Amino acid sequence: MVSASTDLAYNSKIEGEVIVSRADAVINWIRSSSMWPMPMGLACCAIELMATAASRFDIARFGAEVMRFSPKQSDVMIVAGTVTYKMASPLRRIYDQMSDPKWVIAMGACASTGGMYRSYAVLQGVDRIVPVDVYVSGCPPRPEALLDALIKLQGKVKREPSAGKLLSA
Amino acid sequence: MPAAADAVAAVKARWPGVTDRPSLDHPAVNVPPADLLAVLGSLQSAHGFDMLTDVCGVDWSAEANPRFTVVYHLFSTTTHDYLRIAAACADATLPEMPSATALWPAADWHEREAYDMYGIRFTGHPDLRRILMWDGYPYFPLRKDFPLAGMETELPDAEVAAETKVGTIAAPMAGGPFVASAGEINLTDAEPRAKDESWTEKRPKPGT
Repeated sequence: MVSASTDLAYNSKIEGEVIVSRADAVINWIRSSSMWPMPMGLACCAIELMATAASRFDIARFGAEVMRFSPKQSDVMIVAGTVTYKMASPLRRIYDQMSDPKWVIAMGACASTGGMYRSYAVLQGVDRIVPVDVYVSGCPPRPEALLDALIKLQGKVKREPSAGKLLSA
Repeated sequence: MPAAADAVAAVKARWPGVTDRPSLDHPAVNVPPADLLAVLGSLQSAHGFDMLTDVCGVDWSAEANPRFTVVYHLFSTTTHDYLRIAAACADATLPEMPSATALWPAADWHEREAYDMYGIRFTGHPDLRRILMWDGYPYFPLRKDFPLAGMETELPDAEVAAETKVGTIAAPMAGGPFVASAGEINLTDAEPRAKDESWTEKRPKPGT
């Protein structure tokens, strides 16, 4: 049976049609609750990224199920895989095309550091060309690790001074 | 007598420059570059080797002479025989080889890869560009005198390079190269890792 007490929730009969909050809290709540990923799937990590989005792990539980292949519609670039120097330029261009605010998750050892590819052809960490918010260890990371990274990123977004940034921009 | 051995005997009889090549598996011959296209064409039309499965380059070492060899793997879809043809490039500084693209279109991308990795120029190739590295990359990465970690160059995209101020670097080997352990059953121990962690780029190898 559902509890009859609604004291802790918003009660429109008592408080009317008004909610008092901070602009930062509202903006960050909106932003963190629907982070649309840009799936930058470049290698085997992309398979785990797909698994994270599929039914068993269901990234929709955290509001990030809308994988957008248009950078203009996405908020968080998930770099899943080995970034070669040849792919580094398109990656940076796609990042540049994403509209602000935008975040980056470096998923797995390769995206974070180059991983085992200490090679002439591989970018030694995607943070050389784009600013990374969350690094995920693993080769590849399990879907739970990516979900954890997403939750950590949401925590980070919730601490941002968004209203101040919007006003000063 | 298998068809491959027949073909080898026929080719050796017709082109005296063709010699046997030591091989652990399939029949193999060395062919002088001047006879290469004629030999390949004969194998294709007269001996049923209708499929080119691979073309690859070899760099024996910076001092070796001949330094570069091109290896062709032929397959017969009728007799199911493999045949290996090796041709050594005459010049070690500007290696050249006639292109087999007129015989097998499949040679196109294989030869582009050999050009990309070793700098072997295939004369008569319709579109000899790099295929893995980007146009304008200044080195041939699989040559023996090229370090595994790479060398500093510019990124392929000048705009991105200007904005990020990043170029390609020699990858930090940090005790590497990272290699897997063959035959290891325990997956944690088998995964690729640096075998000698006593040194890094900042801490020299003990005893050197």
